[in-house]
Amino acid sequence: MKRLFVFPYTLWLIVFTVIPIILVAYYALTVTADGQTSFTLANFRWFFEGMTPGEPFFQRLYVRVAMRSVYLALISTAICFVLGYPLAYILASKGFRNKSFLLFMFIAPMWMNFLVRTYAWLTILERNGLFNTLLQRAGLPQIDILYTDTAVLLGMVYNFLPFMVLPIYTSLVRMDKRVIEAAQDLGANPVNVFTRVVFPLSLPGVVSGITMVFMPGAATFIISNLLGGAQYFLLGNLIEQQFLRVGNWHTGSVVAVILMILMVISMAILKLVDRGQAEEEGARV
Amino acid sequence: MMHLKRFYLGLMLFFMYAPILVLMVFSFNDSRSRNTWGGFSLRWYVELFNDPHTQLALRNTILIAIFSTILATIIGTTAAVGIDKLKKRSRMVIMGFTRMPVMMPDIVTGLALMILFLFGFRIVGFGRLGFGTLLIAHVVFNVPYVILSVIPRLRQLDPNLYEAALDLGSSPIRAFVQVILPELWPGVITGAMLAFTLSVDDFMVSFFTTSPGVQNLSIRIFAMTRRGVDPRINALSTLIFVAIMLMLFIINRRDQRLIKKQQSEV
Repeated sequence: MKRLFVFPYTLWLIVFTVIPIILVAYYALTVTADGQTSFTLANFRWFFEGMTPGEPFFQRLYVRVAMRSVYLALISTAICFVLGYPLAYILASKGFRNKSFLLFMFIAPMWMNFLVRTYAWLTILERNGLFNTLLQRAGLPQIDILYTDTAVLLGMVYNFLPFMVLPIYTSLVRMDKRVIEAAQDLGANPVNVFTRVVFPLSLPGVVSGITMVFMPGAATFIISNLLGGAQYFLLGNLIEQQFLRVGNWHTGSVVAVILMILMVISMAILKLVDRGQAEEEGARV
Repeated sequence: MMHLKRFYLGLMLFFMYAPILVLMVFSFNDSRSRNTWGGFSLRWYVELFNDPHTQLALRNTILIAIFSTILATIIGTTAAVGIDKLKKRSRMVIMGFTRMPVMMPDIVTGLALMILFLFGFRIVGFGRLGFGTLLIAHVVFNVPYVILSVIPRLRQLDPNLYEAALDLGSSPIRAFVQVILPELWPGVITGAMLAFTLSVDDFMVSFFTTSPGVQNLSIRIFAMTRRGVDPRINALSTLIFVAIMLMLFIINRRDQRLIKKQQSEV
């Protein structure tokens, strides 16, 4: 029975997971000229040298696109953490009778198509939008947020905040409350209870929250497309442009490979943080 | 302190619901404009019902979600049972590859599958992107979620149950269907619900694995935003949101009644 079940699935994995990844790598490492396909690093050179090879590294076009993607993903992750941790903490704390309903209220927007929710921000943010109308009524100067980094960041935080709140909430709720009581009994003040007991114990939730916000943030296409405008470029937009508009699978695949390398690096860093924390705990014990 | 907590919760709820409220209000706007109020009207709802493209897209979304959920649940559940029986080493390898589509950005999953499909078509000499490829792509990204929801149930399963059924003269298939499957049910249902939700909400993978002729709702909405302001989107999303809230509310009520019933029985 075991063979009967595993064999077809292994085949499934090979066809729909292994081969597609190999194909992406293959296209990233080859060029086709006059019907001849040859292995080369030219596509990577295209990405890292950009249009004008003479420029300093960090000013080159696609390097800047990559840096901006990572930068916005980092900032939005930080904002999600700063907003999301207190939110998860409040939701997990005692004192609210209809706690599960409150949690449900925070998850419910995710059931609405995210394109539509992101698009709705246009109405609020645009030049004659609700936000500026409110500012005008209050006698304040209007501001142009739409089609800037701020709008894209706002869109990311809005879409990914629940991904930060949920894992932190779960780790806080599952925490053994007796550990907190023990710390209090041993004379720790509230600040110490939080910084030395509660926060370290909630770190696994924080780490998975960071992963779940950073990764879609670095790869976003829709948010930057809608709120950043047509000229706004992140790695996701570059992939879409190369594949669907330029029609060059080789250069498109290189961007995809670079995106995946970024993911692996960030996961490795987070794993190190997690392990470092575990070892520190071990050493303390 | 309590007031501060309440205030913060309220503020965050406002942040989450502000765009949704705006969108709902403007779905009743008589004017085509996104930000000036032209009086109450249901014209966008009427236009929505007279728009064959959007109706087709809605039908595609529902069909794809139902079929991909059924297929992914069958493939995922049987695979999970098989994976559970593997030795540690091969299990780790299979699970590593299973998690890959979950970890990968969906734009990469989408383009990788597009390359696979087009590459395959080139080799066999026929075929093109459309409903079929869209369905396969949705099954591909749904299977891991089913497996990851079923595996924990399998871990809790008493391994002797299956043996006992066999000893009592049951055939392996009957033992699986009548003994193992009922134990796995909660995990299977969770996986199926996850798969259905992800399928309905997906844009990125669908965007790469279909042709302009076959749209699902997300792609339709994206196409509509390209052409600028269109309050039909608002009307459609309002309807979907209300439907989903209603559904969740009913499920929630039923659950609570079940809990109460159980409590009164105890």
